[in-house]
Amino acid sequence: MMTMADRWLLPDGIEEVLPPGAWQIEDLRRQLLDLYCSWGYELVIPPQIQYLESLAAGVGQDLTLQTFKLTDQLTGRTMGLVADTTPAVARIDAHTLGAEGPSRLCYAGRVFHTRPANPGASRTPIQVGAELYGHAGIESDIEVISLMLETLISSGVNNITLDLGHVDIFRQLTLAAGLDEEQQDELFEALQRKSATEVDAFVSHHVQEAVLAHMLRELPELAGDETVLDRATGILAAAPEPVRVALENLKALSERIKAAYPEVNCYFDLGELRGYNYHTGVVFAAYVPQLGQAVAKGGRYDGIGEVFGRARPATGFSTDLGLLLQLVGPAEKKTGKILAPADAPMAEVRKLRNAGEQVVQVLPGMMQEPIAAGCDRILQQTSAGWVISSLTDS
Amino acid sequence: MQLSNSPSDAAEQLTIALSKGRILKDTLPLLHAAGIEPAEDPDKSRKLIIPTTDPGVRLLIVRASDVPPYVEHGAADIGVSGKDVLMEYNSPSLYEPLDLEIACCKLMTAGPVGKILPEGRIKVATKFVNIAKKYYASQGRQAEIIKLYGSMELAPLVGLADEIVDVVDTGGTLRANGLEPREHIADISSRLVVNKAAMKLRHQRISSLLEQLKAAVIAKRQTEC
Repeated sequence: MMTMADRWLLPDGIEEVLPPGAWQIEDLRRQLLDLYCSWGYELVIPPQIQYLESLAAGVGQDLTLQTFKLTDQLTGRTMGLVADTTPAVARIDAHTLGAEGPSRLCYAGRVFHTRPANPGASRTPIQVGAELYGHAGIESDIEVISLMLETLISSGVNNITLDLGHVDIFRQLTLAAGLDEEQQDELFEALQRKSATEVDAFVSHHVQEAVLAHMLRELPELAGDETVLDRATGILAAAPEPVRVALENLKALSERIKAAYPEVNCYFDLGELRGYNYHTGVVFAAYVPQLGQAVAKGGRYDGIGEVFGRARPATGFSTDLGLLLQLVGPAEKKTGKILAPADAPMAEVRKLRNAGEQVVQVLPGMMQEPIAAGCDRILQQTSAGWVISSLTDS
Repeated sequence: MQLSNSPSDAAEQLTIALSKGRILKDTLPLLHAAGIEPAEDPDKSRKLIIPTTDPGVRLLIVRASDVPPYVEHGAADIGVSGKDVLMEYNSPSLYEPLDLEIACCKLMTAGPVGKILPEGRIKVATKFVNIAKKYYASQGRQAEIIKLYGSMELAPLVGLADEIVDVVDTGGTLRANGLEPREHIADISSRLVVNKAAMKLRHQRISSLLEQLKAAVIAKRQTEC
């Protein structure tokens, strides 16, 4: 039997945005897109429903499980609701635009998650982000990280800790150790939990070479402030060449970021492997004290375009508008509208609206409480014609 | 995802979630070695938030199976939780950087002495539903898992299940009920778990506590050997 609750109850993790929060989200969205525009980023609006193969291409199993699926009645193929905008934007860059030089793309739109990405998170976050394609050096990573920080700062988020890692360190070490895919997964899993006990047990069992074993055992401990990089340079001295390059890149990159954003704390975690199955280089995330999860995150993913026919260097970040709004807190309800009586002439009302005023016109026969309608002024007819008088200073 | 509304972040206080019983009893000496002493006896007190001698640290007393969610959501920065509970909870957003080597036992299957498992799909009673599913799948066995909250040993005796999956310490309860331990699934001990964001945001505080606890664990190991 259908109860009243069945009619109004929303599914878990699905929320509606009411006034004044909805305006606040929209204002923030516009503000951020303006910011990206001022950095020279072009806006793209990828489709929200695509074939599953293209949604999940190059990003692995996790995203497929995160994707709501439906059947295309026209072709019988399985389609999915976009769960992450990045692969769709990568497809646009690799396949549709096909530009040779760098391309800078930004987006803002809802994504849909079968399971919340974090405990208590929305299943329909509004993902906002930017991607930079076509350049492989640290300068593009710096640009994208800077833009992520600008996003947070301009939204009013303070006390940012920037978490920096580099997935190539783990990749090169496991490659050198000759671990197969299943073993890599096992070590990855233990490392994600920083379980020194399990990393140790795994290494003792699977890695014979003493120097490599030592380096892998140290990985969970290589986290902290910038001294970690020096420590890592010592511990990983015998690692394959790309590891040294990765460490140097992290160092150069963090110095540049710190010079530009002295108020941001940098934290290094060389065992951080978020998005390991598609990231290829620097990975980064922003944390704030009020939140148990990252507020924005991103990284380099050079391989992803390959499945669309053209591998391109790529780096980008994204955040969730709803989260940003939670952090900056609710806005005051918007006031400052003008109440116009039902018989106010159209021309008068239009003049005010064209001048940027918000005018609420009373409907005939309805009592309208001006303050409740967000009005602080009223349009009145006097001997001098139609004038606006204040409702508050009396 | 919740905004942490605990006062811990405002006061820069470190919040540690613990469960009463064996874990609490064995954790307190380790915390003591790190200079943290509860202001009142948690076993006697009815308070759920207990201040400590270190004004920067407070303890939360929660159920053993509730430690992972408290830490995962950031309501506690740190927790002490059995590996059995962690394996069952299986969250990617917790660090478990330190094996405290306390409350040690084994996670095992057990069944009536001498009774052979039937062919085909078997019935298994346990409170560790996820672990049991994964374990029997890894053994290539179809198993119907029955979730129970306690007294697992009863289930095979009354025909509710063919086997149970449970933590086994001395095996006394199994023997008393005519059951025998069978396959070993995992060694269990309590782990220190840390919220990922807390670790990144308050690394110095947490890593120095980790170092102290690690030293206490090693010291304890040496007195026991």
